[in-house]
Amino acid sequence: MSSISPSVAALRSQFGAAIERHLISSAQTIVYVSRDRLHDVLAWLKDSPGQDFNYLTDVTAVDYRDPERPLEVVYQLRSLGRRADLRIKVALDKRAPLEVRTVYDLWRGADWLEREVFDMFGVSFTGHPDLRRILMWETYAEGYPLRKDFPLRGHFSRAEQTRQALAANPEAHYSLEELSMAEAYGELPQDMQERLARGERGFLK
Amino acid sequence: MGLTNPAAGNAEDEVTTVSAVSPNWVTTRLDFLTNWARSNSLWPMPFGTACCAIEFMATAASRFDLARFGMERMSFSPRQADVLICAGRLPFKLAPVIRRIWDQMPQPKWAISMGACASTGGIFDNYSMVQGIDTIIPVDVYVPGCPPRPEGLMYGILLLQKKIKGETIADDTLRDEKLVGPSGLFLPPHRVDELSEPFGNSVQQTRSS
Ligand code: SF4
Repeated sequence: MSSISPSVAALRSQFGAAIERHLISSAQTIVYVSRDRLHDVLAWLKDSPGQDFNYLTDVTAVDYRDPERPLEVVYQLRSLGRRADLRIKVALDKRAPLEVRTVYDLWRGADWLEREVFDMFGVSFTGHPDLRRILMWETYAEGYPLRKDFPLRGHFSRAEQTRQALAANPEAHYSLEELSMAEAYGELPQDMQERLARGERGFLK
Repeated sequence: MGLTNPAAGNAEDEVTTVSAVSPNWVTTRLDFLTNWARSNSLWPMPFGTACCAIEFMATAASRFDLARFGMERMSFSPRQADVLICAGRLPFKLAPVIRRIWDQMPQPKWAISMGACASTGGIFDNYSMVQGIDTIIPVDVYVPGCPPRPEGLMYGILLLQKKIKGETIADDTLRDEKLVGPSGLFLPPHRVDELSEPFGNSVQQTRSS
């Protein structure tokens, strides 16, 4: 049998009532945190000695079939040094705008993970530097496909879906700029910098 | 060699050797010659999007050896390709891509839809998947299977060769470009709905008004 993660007691003494409840499911400790303190909690888990959750494995969300039940945003944390996992959840009331503060400033890997949650569930992450759709094309107009109220085949007729898909211009969005190569240039190794500087795309100009 | 010269008819039961006329010519129909050349040197544009592409690679590799049918040269440039083989499911996000590649291929060109997903959407009857690539580009041969065995794909290719051998260069409607029209589709919208209709016990899809 697995036991509860020691982080829970530490979190409770540190944040008190902001830690709403916790449970163990499939050997995984799950902690529900209030939305207001979520960013503080995650920052604390990342940086305080003894926690060191330095790797954000995943950000995802769960929409339950019961429309009364809140939508949950899930943060799966791992401490690579301590080999420990922790799952943090925050419940968002579906009657209010689905908003939660970004954790991009804590883990850069949150960039695309949060974009995916935005794309599929419509949760907006305030403070995210580039919150756009990532799986569906950017002009996708049917809504948020992983919401439970989204019909499996989408809202539009197949002809309309096909027409909108054909009207998208993939080249407008997928380029070196899309991969932020230009911004990351200074951090690349020397030989790669040289290769890119010679490159035919000439993005440095 | 002793071939009979058909031009000589049976007038005098004359036997002409080919070399006696010319060492280097035979008579044939132009259609036959063109189709023979076209059908035996199909250069595929592999559009492998999913699991079917693995089976396509097996078809091209040594055990099944697509080269036997004149297709050993995979053309990753659409400008040099003759037949687009869509191996795998096509999400809506890739629809403009396959359409662009198809438009870039010069005539004469053909398309093979490999597998259940490319042909009908297969098990992916959902919001993100094209329900058959024939709603995006015209298709000549559909190969069923999930995935089709290499023999299945080869049978499809042989069917395509047979189809090409029945074509005539006099009929230039065969070479009409079926472009995306003002409606944003290359088929009328109701045709797209019809082709995309779910089957079995699935519920109705929303129809175009
Ligand atoms: S038909 Fe089957 S094997 Fe082919 S792409 Fe679809 S799921 Fe994969």
